[in-house]
Amino acid sequence: MRGPVAWWNDPWRPPRFLVGITAGYLAWSLLPVAIAVLYSFNNGRSRTTWQGFSLRWYWGDSTLSVWHNDALHTALLQTLKLGVITTLITVPLGVLFAIGIDRWRGRLPEGANFLMLLSFVLPEVLLAVALLFVLTTVALPIDLGTTAQVIGLITFQVSYPAVLVRARLATIGPQYEEAAMDLGASPLGALRRIILPMLMPAIFASTVLVFADVIDDFVLVRYLSGAASTEPVSVKIYNTARGAPTPALNALASLLLFSALTAVVIGFLVYRYLSRGDTTTKDRGIGAFAGEL
Amino acid sequence: MAAPGIVWLLLCFVFPLYVVLCIVFGQVDPLFRTPIPVWNPLQWNPSQFSYVLTHIVGADGIFGPALVRTAVFVFTASSLCLLIAFPVAYYVARLSGRRKGLLLALLIAPFWISYMMRMFAWVNLLQNDGIVNKVLSFGGLFTVNVDWLTGQPVVVILGLVYGYVPYMILPLYAGLDRLSQPMLEASRDLGADRFSSFWRVTLPLCRPTILAAVLLTCLPMLGDYFTSDMLSASPKTAMVGNLINDSVHAPGRTGQAGAFVMLVFLVALLPMLYYIRVTSRRDEVAS
Repeated sequence: MRGPVAWWNDPWRPPRFLVGITAGYLAWSLLPVAIAVLYSFNNGRSRTTWQGFSLRWYWGDSTLSVWHNDALHTALLQTLKLGVITTLITVPLGVLFAIGIDRWRGRLPEGANFLMLLSFVLPEVLLAVALLFVLTTVALPIDLGTTAQVIGLITFQVSYPAVLVRARLATIGPQYEEAAMDLGASPLGALRRIILPMLMPAIFASTVLVFADVIDDFVLVRYLSGAASTEPVSVKIYNTARGAPTPALNALASLLLFSALTAVVIGFLVYRYLSRGDTTTKDRGIGAFAGEL
Repeated sequence: MAAPGIVWLLLCFVFPLYVVLCIVFGQVDPLFRTPIPVWNPLQWNPSQFSYVLTHIVGADGIFGPALVRTAVFVFTASSLCLLIAFPVAYYVARLSGRRKGLLLALLIAPFWISYMMRMFAWVNLLQNDGIVNKVLSFGGLFTVNVDWLTGQPVVVILGLVYGYVPYMILPLYAGLDRLSQPMLEASRDLGADRFSSFWRVTLPLCRPTILAAVLLTCLPMLGDYFTSDMLSASPKTAMVGNLINDSVHAPGRTGQAGAFVMLVFLVALLPMLYYIRVTSRRDEVAS
């Protein structure tokens, strides 16, 4: 039997304390959500007492289920619509921004980079309130609603692809492009045929990140939403959680969760495919994909 | 090529911040109580801003408690976040071995789950007949009737920790993962025990990472109002975000919301600048 001193000095002992903390943290962070998803399958009105399994709150119930209740599935569609539109505009904007900033030396691009990083760390409420003020006090042809939400989300998210693509550009370095131009490619040709394919994994990862982030967004979309029909799922949860919601709300939230997870899993597989054989990303695995900054 | 991005940021990021200034220092329509922005900085009228400033401390300090509470909540929650996040990130980044991929995926999972959904999950658990009270009563052994969801500061702080811990773990993980293994081995070879090697090598090496991670959680917490709304919905736990949120749509008080936005912006400015400096310096080293 070893004494406690020998145990303490043994460099090979397993880090039980850290394993405990990690396991405890994972349980604490994932179990509540798992329980919420579980109760979306409850066969009763309660969100706290289990009354048997059913799909009642997804489509069984003819008035209150997500499938049949207009308010609930409008919210889900609005969320997905915002996600798709915002992602389609944000990613090209951010990628071009990053390439431009990276190539262009001087005061102006430095200032632009600063602005971009500032929009990345600024608390979201500040941007949301500022945009709300613009839309309500300045005479603009834009009303509160989907357009306003998309504008706000693009402003808040554009830094994601920009930061990821800039980091990738820094690891690629200038040598490939120089080699291409030595061999006779024009600057634009080198960019299109050499750099863009090499950036593809980063662009793709930021697409998935932006999409998953947009469908989770709450502050901006709430301030900039117009009528109830432009309220996405997160706002719906916020509005009804404190009242007396039925498990249909759990079902709605679970559906959002499933769509986000599906997007991420598909995204990860495609990302692995795109970056196969690339030694600079191989050892980073899933971390590179999660927008490790 | 960066032009569209720059124009976009100027139009939708810088200009709105200027509009906030114009509203804070602008007039209020006497009839409809709607704000009238004043575009010319020379005609700015500081009465709304000074109204907010004079009501923070003193006899009619109606805003003071919420500001103090914000500071206390954010400080406590970030410290707790760090206490949880650092060991977890350390273990997963350096000691987990083969299970690293799976553990990392589980750590990232909360990122993809909507913040509102995670708060809603706790609203369910903390109901009067919810699971937390059931567990605490050991199956009816004790009678526990704690009203968790009406103005309990502890619940709001736990909610903040629960909500923001993932945003701290990931940057910490990235930093600890990059830590140079030869450096640590050298410190052990040169006679440091595990504590002093951790204290004198690991910690100094990842101090910028820790600061960046703390800032990444503190800054969004400063603007948080929905955690308090979801988990307590009581003015007893109102934070500065709640002050903004409550006054934005109140007639005649829009300027106050703008003033709070400015206050938070000013308080957050230094940490934000620091964060930007740390990250750009790291980029320079990398490139």
